[in-house]
Amino acid sequence: MNFDYNEEQQLLADSVRRYLQKDYDFEARKKILATPQGWSERVWANFAEMGLTGLPLSPDYGGFGGGAVDLMSVVEAFGEALVVEPYLPSMLAAAAIAKGGTQEQKQAILPAVAQGRMRLAFATGERGVIGAPLAQRIVLARDGRLTLHDKFNVAAYRTVDDLAAGDVAFQGKGEPLGAAGGVLEEVLDLGAALSCAEAVGALKFACDTTLEYLKTRKQFGVPIGAFQALQHRMVDMFISYEQARSMACLACSKVDQAGSAQDRARSVSAAKIRIADAARHVSQEAVQLHGGMGMTEELKVSHTFRRLTALARRFGDVDEHLERFASL
Amino acid sequence: MDLNYSPEELAFRDEVRSWLAANLPQELKDKAHYSKEELMRWHRILAAKGWVAPAWPKDWGGTGWSAVQRYIYEEELGYAGTPPIIPFGINMCAPVLIAFGTDAQKKRFLPRIYNGEDFWCQGYSEPGSGSDLASLKTKAVKEGAHYVVNGQKIWTTLAHYADWIFCLVRTDPTVEKRQEGISFLLIDMKSLGITLRPLMLMDGAHHVNEVFFDDVKVPADNLVHKENQGWTVAKYLLGYERMNTGRIGESKRELRKLKERFPEKMKDVRWRDRLSRVEVELMALEITNLRFLDRMRRTGQPPGADVSMLKIKGTEIQQALTELAMQAADPNARETQALERRYLDMRKTTIYAGSNEIQRNIIAKMTLGL
Repeated sequence: MNFDYNEEQQLLADSVRRYLQKDYDFEARKKILATPQGWSERVWANFAEMGLTGLPLSPDYGGFGGGAVDLMSVVEAFGEALVVEPYLPSMLAAAAIAKGGTQEQKQAILPAVAQGRMRLAFATGERGVIGAPLAQRIVLARDGRLTLHDKFNVAAYRTVDDLAAGDVAFQGKGEPLGAAGGVLEEVLDLGAALSCAEAVGALKFACDTTLEYLKTRKQFGVPIGAFQALQHRMVDMFISYEQARSMACLACSKVDQAGSAQDRARSVSAAKIRIADAARHVSQEAVQLHGGMGMTEELKVSHTFRRLTALARRFGDVDEHLERFASL
Repeated sequence: MDLNYSPEELAFRDEVRSWLAANLPQELKDKAHYSKEELMRWHRILAAKGWVAPAWPKDWGGTGWSAVQRYIYEEELGYAGTPPIIPFGINMCAPVLIAFGTDAQKKRFLPRIYNGEDFWCQGYSEPGSGSDLASLKTKAVKEGAHYVVNGQKIWTTLAHYADWIFCLVRTDPTVEKRQEGISFLLIDMKSLGITLRPLMLMDGAHHVNEVFFDDVKVPADNLVHKENQGWTVAKYLLGYERMNTGRIGESKRELRKLKERFPEKMKDVRWRDRLSRVEVELMALEITNLRFLDRMRRTGQPPGADVSMLKIKGTEIQQALTELAMQAADPNARETQALERRYLDMRKTTIYAGSNEIQRNIIAKMTLGL
């Protein structure tokens, strides 16, 4: 039993955090969002330089053979910084190709992804595909099958949490991926588990910044954190966050080393349920305790609210996961 | 990151589990209420095995287990549905004596606690002193070789079974800082001047009492630590062994029983989803608890104030499970009564042992710095 990241994971997480603190603070993020495309090629190139774009890929393709827990250490930091570059969809599509692609497909795509020269998106339908506007290839999961597409048109827009997304018109049937059963579920569970990890980072920021606000904002001559009504709500946010973190650890660990697909699916659904509840609870309370300022675009907490609101429902909402949890 | 127990820890769990399967008498298993005889029978079975006080120092009968092993052990007891180990002697009075008692006090009391010869209860709360414990008024006045005790305790769990009571009493009413005038006193329940009045709780059962002290003479030898230093002792006890306040093994057992007893309710999506949410909360609590244990092992530090969340979440889960059980059953049926009484009884859990509001105060102050 060990709840730490190992040394490599910790080094990676630290270097990602340092990079984000230096080059991706709230002001830098604002500037990226003010560009027409709403994401930064330079940032993506930096991800590649740090080895992030090859993290889950095999060394055969220039990657590092990382698992869900390795990715967790990265996306948790992304969640804290509210990174808008759609890294996760690209990694999921790469994982799908790695698990289900032919040798040829892998050789054509994965090294380019690892080097940051190619970006992918992962679609479960034609609408609302995150990362589509910047993807050269899209993996489509539909009717229980995976197909790989390189010809498509995208009508771009931004999600509520400022991710580049699009409605996609696929041209042609695409190339089939992964006849082997279970690949699709595996990839979706990886995505769900990592969305939990990303949420944990955002939850941490929401708790930290709210606590700081309670200590500094004065009314009636005292910091508002002196009021017990607010203290107890802050404590409940903190507990929600800790419980959510526990479940993200469980989900990512099980994706890496579950005894069975059922064991993995059950843990991932449980994590999604708890984290969706935490996302809603903590984000709502964070804004409420910030008062009017929490409603403004000027504070990062309102952007964190938007990210958590979206994450709670991605890769299946609470109702879907309650259904699956009970069926397993 | 590896959320699994080590092979050694798994082997330990199997050892505990199989020993329990072989040694927990069927008639003691999973009862709503236990008589004193039943409690002490189980206590003596564990004492004979050498497992009744794992956390004590080895010299006094402790097992030398790691914090993780103790957690596994306690979870297995809960999951097996054993009678509870009544904490007042083993987990409260004894650790205090080990830390603060004289050699004579240790030799006199510890073996009897270990072997279940003395049944202890706890005299902390008073009618005017609940969460605000330091306001307590029961007074002890030194007269020669004795203290003379007058006052009243309340919510004294199982005082009607007890041979001894450990009390916080006021020995100096004049000090400005009221925590500084309190002492920790051991009192024989057979002393002249002690009377009990049962307080029947809403489940109709007799668990708690009022204890009245009327000119009770207590030998001065029964003072633990120094006079007026009782608050130090009480604080030590609050920080002691708080790693199993989540009652995770017991809640796992209740959850399993609920699913077995009401299979048809699992088809009722509304009820089923409420149950699932509680199950998920319990899964999260188990991992949170293990994370705290892992942190203790890594840092070598005692648990922080944030472990109060184990009590908050654990008791909320216990209550939610009793509520779900009751909701699954016919409201008017005779068989439902036991479930209803359990629901009523479990409302105490968020009130006792430091109400959940006090636990939130502790986290706010100590962990969050508010």
